[in-house]
Amino acid sequence: MANAKEIKSVLFGPLLANNPIALQVLGICSALAVTTKMDKALVMCIALTLVTAFSNFFISLIRNHIPSSVRIIVQMTIIASLVIVVDQLLKAFAYDVAKELSVFVGLIITNCIVMGRAEAFAMKSAPGISFLDGIGNGLGYSFVLMTVAFIRELGGSGTLFGVEIMPLVKDGGWYQPMGLLLMPPSAFIIIAGFIWVLRTFRTEQVEKA
Amino acid sequence: MSSNNDSISKTLIVVISLCLVCAVIVSTAAVQLRPQQTANKLLDSQKNVLAVTGLLSGSNINELYSKHIAERFVDLETGDLVDKPKDYDYRKAMKDPATSTRLAGEEDIASIKSRANIAPVYFAYENGVESGELSAIVLPIHGYGLWSTMHAFLALGADGSTIKGLNYYEQGETAGLGGEVQNPKWVAQFEGKKLLDKSGEPAIKVVKPGNASADSAFEVDGLSGATLTSNGVQHTFDFWAGAKGFAPFLTKVREGALNNG
Repeated sequence: MANAKEIKSVLFGPLLANNPIALQVLGICSALAVTTKMDKALVMCIALTLVTAFSNFFISLIRNHIPSSVRIIVQMTIIASLVIVVDQLLKAFAYDVAKELSVFVGLIITNCIVMGRAEAFAMKSAPGISFLDGIGNGLGYSFVLMTVAFIRELGGSGTLFGVEIMPLVKDGGWYQPMGLLLMPPSAFIIIAGFIWVLRTFRTEQVEKA
Repeated sequence: MSSNNDSISKTLIVVISLCLVCAVIVSTAAVQLRPQQTANKLLDSQKNVLAVTGLLSGSNINELYSKHIAERFVDLETGDLVDKPKDYDYRKAMKDPATSTRLAGEEDIASIKSRANIAPVYFAYENGVESGELSAIVLPIHGYGLWSTMHAFLALGADGSTIKGLNYYEQGETAGLGGEVQNPKWVAQFEGKKLLDKSGEPAIKVVKPGNASADSAFEVDGLSGATLTSNGVQHTFDFWAGAKGFAPFLTKVREGALNNG
């Protein structure tokens, strides 16, 4: 098992230093789709983090037996099974949220972060540290998603987690919501802004021109 | 990775055993969780029916539902009440060619392609089912908006025309714009309006936001920033209040056919 320092870097590195969305630019698709409401985004983050962690774990567990000719298919099978299980669990225990997320839970299968971590990390690391890597990358993804969802829900609907923060004009309040924030393209702009801020402070992330 | 891993026999063994393990896990999860999921679905639909009639109070939905609501089935062609078909599932029935009618071109106002021959309706009794005093009839309606099929329950008074409630419970419109069809403040406008005019034709008009006149019995404001979703709502009402929708049934309701049944 790895030492404490390595665990820390695997677990918290993906938050800022090596963020899967901001630096690796993986998993943008769902960042556009599920970030209009914070509660939706939160469930999505938990689901993705669990799937990444467990897929990393299982793939790492059998990594020495996976024939390289079919390794992508093997990874997909494991990921797909986990996603189905998560989807079933959500439908059984969090029906309302599952209804809103609908197809996007299933689409975790195609989320590049899951595949990316399986191929890049789990295939050559021990199960324990792979599991942590999955959690870490899930956290990195969650961090960006929750930031985007915070801006979009507050600016677009005047609420946070469905609780009214700024009363809307149409409900007799004062805040005129910004319709653009509810549209998927706004997530691009916010993520781009996020990357800009991040790279201003961490100049080592800037690619050489 | 050793070359041993890439031999054909090893590849087959790994792939087949992986498939078996995954298949077992997935099917166990699906089978184990199914009762819970079905219960959730049923509860959700019961909750929506109760909500639209305004009878939703307290948390014991099952009890409230069996006390106030009676589920009946209508043959949409004739408008007669019929017995519950065996293993009935409305969502399946509306797509299955054997139990649905295809809607051609102009008939398909709400862009739903086909509609079930037999639809469920819910009779609501404010003072309990055994009192026999019908207080509302809940009709399931659906139609295409901008991105998605929007499903709603529409509660009508015992006269078969006065709207008592509308509840969009499933839609995938743009959150914050078209998604506002779910906003209780928006659907509240429909209360007290008349679904049908004097000659029994569909009469609800979704007009430009802010243009609905307060004393009109038929006009409601559309959603601002969501013209296509508003049009979808208009089409949904036009279809389901029309001859291919619940019109034959509602005519019978007005003629008092329910008193015998």
